[in-house]
Amino acid sequence: MEIILTMDGKEITVEDGQTLLEAARENGIDIPTICWHEATTANGLCRMCVVEVEGWRTLQPACVVKAGAGMKVQTRSEKVVRARKTILEMLASTMDLSDAPEILTMMDEYGASASRFPDAVRRESEIKDDNPMYIRDYSKCLLCWRCVQVCADDAQYTYALNFEGRGYETQIGTFFDKSIPETTCVLCGQCVGVCPTGALKPKRQYLLERGVSAEEISVMNTGRKQRKVKD
Amino acid sequence: MVAELRLDEKRVVADRVVTTTCSYCGVGCNLELHVKDDFIFMVTSPFDSPVNKGNLCVKGRFGYDYIYHPKRVTKPMVRRYLLESKQSSVVSDQWKNRKDAPDLGYKSLLANSQLPTTNYQSPWDWVETDWDTALDIVADNLVRIYKRDGSDAMAVYCCAKATNEDNYLLQKIYRALFRTNNVDHCTRLCHAGSVVALQKAIGSSAMSNTASQVIMNDVFIVTGSNTGENHPIIALQMKEAVQKYGAKMIVVDPRRIDLVDFAELWLPLKPGTNVPVFSAMAHVIVKENLVNWDFVNRRTEGFETFVESLEKFTPEYAEEISGVPAEDIRKAARMYATAKNGAIYWGMGISQLSHGTASALALIHLAFLTGHVGRDGTGLNPLRGQNNVQGASDMGAMPFHYPGYMRVDNEENARKWEQAWNIEPGGLSRKLGLTTTEILSHAHPGGVRALYIMGENPMMSEPNLNETRKHIEQLEFLVTQDLFINETGAFADVFLPAASFAEKDGTFTNTDRRVQRVRVAIAPRGQARPDWKILCDLATRLEVRLGRERSAKWDYESPEEILREMASVNKDYAGVTYERIEKVGLIYPVPTLDHPGTPTLFTETFPSGRGKFIPLDYVPVMEQADDEYPFILTTGRLLEHWHGGTMTRHSSLNEAYPEARVEIHPADAEMHGITDGMPVRVTSRRGEVVLRATVTEKTTVGVIFIPWHFSEAAANLLTNDALDPEAKIPEFKACAVQVFPAREEELTHPEVEVRRGRY
Repeated sequence: MEIILTMDGKEITVEDGQTLLEAARENGIDIPTICWHEATTANGLCRMCVVEVEGWRTLQPACVVKAGAGMKVQTRSEKVVRARKTILEMLASTMDLSDAPEILTMMDEYGASASRFPDAVRRESEIKDDNPMYIRDYSKCLLCWRCVQVCADDAQYTYALNFEGRGYETQIGTFFDKSIPETTCVLCGQCVGVCPTGALKPKRQYLLERGVSAEEISVMNTGRKQRKVKD
Repeated sequence: MVAELRLDEKRVVADRVVTTTCSYCGVGCNLELHVKDDFIFMVTSPFDSPVNKGNLCVKGRFGYDYIYHPKRVTKPMVRRYLLESKQSSVVSDQWKNRKDAPDLGYKSLLANSQLPTTNYQSPWDWVETDWDTALDIVADNLVRIYKRDGSDAMAVYCCAKATNEDNYLLQKIYRALFRTNNVDHCTRLCHAGSVVALQKAIGSSAMSNTASQVIMNDVFIVTGSNTGENHPIIALQMKEAVQKYGAKMIVVDPRRIDLVDFAELWLPLKPGTNVPVFSAMAHVIVKENLVNWDFVNRRTEGFETFVESLEKFTPEYAEEISGVPAEDIRKAARMYATAKNGAIYWGMGISQLSHGTASALALIHLAFLTGHVGRDGTGLNPLRGQNNVQGASDMGAMPFHYPGYMRVDNEENARKWEQAWNIEPGGLSRKLGLTTTEILSHAHPGGVRALYIMGENPMMSEPNLNETRKHIEQLEFLVTQDLFINETGAFADVFLPAASFAEKDGTFTNTDRRVQRVRVAIAPRGQARPDWKILCDLATRLEVRLGRERSAKWDYESPEEILREMASVNKDYAGVTYERIEKVGLIYPVPTLDHPGTPTLFTETFPSGRGKFIPLDYVPVMEQADDEYPFILTTGRLLEHWHGGTMTRHSSLNEAYPEARVEIHPADAEMHGITDGMPVRVTSRRGEVVLRATVTEKTTVGVIFIPWHFSEAAANLLTNDALDPEAKIPEFKACAVQVFPAREEELTHPEVEVRRGRY
C-alpha cells in the first residue's frame, strides 16, 4: 500500500512501512547518518538522522521512525541543524575523529566546532592488539553498535562482542574483557568491515600506517609468534 | 584539546580498489581489494553482493597475505641436472627415482626458510633460470617422453583453484597435443561420489539450487558438511534461515559442529553409516505413507524394486549400525517429508567413503520420495569445496568428459571438439583417461611417465601418503606450476612460478554455478606469470616439436578469448561473456546471450528424463575399529586453513591456528590417560603422526578428528586408500587408528600453544 506525506514541502509517495530515511533517500532528499548501515538493524543510536515532524514534541530519528500518511517532515529545519551540529561537537570533544573522513566532512558542512565543549572528558583507551588479524582502538569508537550487531544476529551469529560498562563508562568489549582469541570470535572481521571511524582496523593497514613497510609486514607473516607492534 | 580536527596524515588511502572473487572456498564471495603501491592492505566486500551480502570469513578478509610471503617462489626453477643435460633420461638412476628427494626437499622445506645453499652441488639442487630455458626444458622432456612412450605416458592435474580459462587451456593441451584423456583434478578427491551418484540418478552433477535459497527452506538437512568452517558464508545464511525465517535444520554428522547449536535435531551417526540412516528415513517415509506420489509417478522410475530393498532398513536396524536413536531417525524423516520446501546440503562426509556413491544416492532417494527437488527453496545441493571446482569440472578437467560434460567416448562429442580445435577426424583419443588417484598409482615404467601439476598438492591431499610418495618417486618427469614449492614441488624436476588470483584475469564458477570475474589487482610478484600465459607459451613450443602447428589455436590475446572459444561449444556457457558478468555473475546454464541464467534446475524434467531409484545395500567402511586399532579417525578441515596448506600455512592465518591438533572425546581421553594439550601418537596400519590432543565434546565417543592441513602431522599419512568402485574417491572419512600418549620431544613441530575460545 502506498501512502503520501510531505517532506521539506514536497509531496512524496512511499510504500507503507518504510522508514523516513528510506522515504527521503528514494526521493533524493539527503539525511545524514552515522550509526546507520545498510547491513545492520537501525537503532537510532547516534541521532544524526533526526528530523522534525510537525505536531510531534521531539525530533525523531529518521532511520527508525516509519513514514505515516499525511506526515509533514522537515529534514533541515533550524532545530534539526542545531541538533546535528551539537551531536557532532559532542562527538568531537570526546573521541578521536582523525580516522573518520565522512564525519569530518559533516562537521564542515554543519559548521561544527571541535572546541565547543573544552571541559569534556575524552574517552581514551589503549590500543588492543591481541589477535593476528585486526586491532581495536576504542579511543576512536563512537559506540555506533554496528560491530556488535554484525557479530550477532545481523550477520555472524557469533556473539563475541558486546557493550560493557554503563553510562559514561560504556565501551565495546568482549565478555569479561577476554582477549579476542579466547572468545568465540571467528576472526571474520565483519566488525572491521562496518566500523565507520577506524576503531577497528586490519592489522596490515594499521602496521602500514605506523610506518612499517610492506616488505617488513610480509616478513612478519612468517613469524609464528604473535606479531606485536614495536613502539 | 583539539582546536581543529584534521584527518590523521598517516592514514593509508588506496590507490585503487579492485573487485574480484575470493579464491578460497566454493561460496565465491565478492571481494574488494584495497591496494596501495601494489600492496593489498585491506579487503572488504560490497554489501549489495548477491552471493555474500558484504560478509566474509577470516580467510577471505585476512588470508590473502601468502601473495607477499618471502618464501613464495617467483622465478622459474629447474633441477641442476636439467641445465647440464637438458633432459632427464641421461641422469643417473640415483636421481631418476628420487630416493634422496626427501632429505633435500620434503618436510625440511617447511622448516628451512631458505632453499639449500651449500657449496656442494648436487644434480638435484634447484637452480633459478629464465622462462625460455624453463619452458624449453619442459617442452623438450614432455615431447621426448610422448614420442617414446605415447599418449598413455602423459598425464596432467588441472586445478580447482585456477580460473576456468586456465583449466580449459591445460586440458586442451593434453587432449589436442598429447591426445590423452589422462586429465583430472581434485574433484576426484572431494565430490566424485556425489557427481557419479547424481549422474546416475538424474544425469547432472551440480547443485540443483543456489545456496542463498536456503532462506526459502522450511526444513533442511545438513550432512557430512561442517558448513560453519568450510563454507562459512553459506552457514551464515543457514543460521539466518533458522533464526529469522523459521526454518528447521537437521544436522546429520558424527561431530558436534557449530551448526548443531542452531539445529532442531542432531543425528550423531558413526562415520560411514550414511546409507543405513538415510535409507531408514526413506523406510519411514514409505511406511508412514509420506511419499509425494505425484512426483514419484511423474518424474521417477524404479520405485517398486527400490521399495523392496528398503524393507530391511528399519530405524532400529539403522540405530544398531549407526548409533542414532531410531526415534530421532523417525522424527527427521517426518520433518523432512512433511515440509513444504525441504532441501539437502551435503559435503565430503557423504562422498569421501569407499561407498561414497551409495551415500549420495541415499540422499537423492529422499528428495525423489518427497519431491523436494525442481522448485525454488528445495534441492539436492552438494556444497562444492574449491572456489572453482565446479568450473574446472565444467571445463573438462576430467578424464571422462570434454568441457560441458560431453563424454570422451562418444563419437559425436569428439568430432565437435576436433572441429573446434582444428584437429584431423579421429585425432582425439576416445579412450577414458585415468583419474587423479589412478594417475599416481600408474606411475611406473610402462605407465604414466610425465606428470604436469598445476596448483595441486597430492603429497598432502592423497590418502596413504607413504604409498603416494612411492608412486610420485617413480615419475620420470614432474612439473609443478604453483606459488610455492610445496610438499609435491619437492619432488618436481621443474617449477614454474604462477600468478596468484590477485595477479590475473579470468573467471571462477562457484558452487551455485555462478560464473564470476577475477581481476588483476596487482602486478605479478617477481617473474611470476598468469597460468594461461604460461600455458599458451608452452603450447606453442609443444606444437612445433610435435609437428602440430596447423591444428588448435594457442595465441590468445586475453582470457576472454579463451572463454569465448569454450563457450562456442559448451552450451551451458554459451551466453556468458565478460561484458555480461562485469558487475554480477551469471548462473549457468546460460544458453543464449540474452538468457538471464538458471538458479533452479530440473523444474520440468531431469537431464536423464526420469530420476532413477537405485536399490542400495549397506556396505561398512573398509576398515572397522577393532581391539588393536580401537578408534575411527575422520579427517576434515578448519576455518583458518585451506587443504594442503600451500596458501594458508604461508599466511597470518597460520598464527591463528599454528599447529595440528587431534580432537578426542573426554570419555575416550580419560580412559587412555590423555589430557588436553598433551602430545599423542596416532597410528594406523599405514603410518603414524605425533600431535597435541584437544579434549572436546565436539567429537563423539570412539571417533577422533584430525585436520589434514599440517604437513608436520599429515592426517593423510594415516588415511585409507580404499576407493569407491565407481567414483574412485578414496575413503578419507574413516579408518581405524590407535592413540597413545607421546612425549613432548616427539612433536615434529612444537609450537607455542595458542588457545582459542572457539575450539
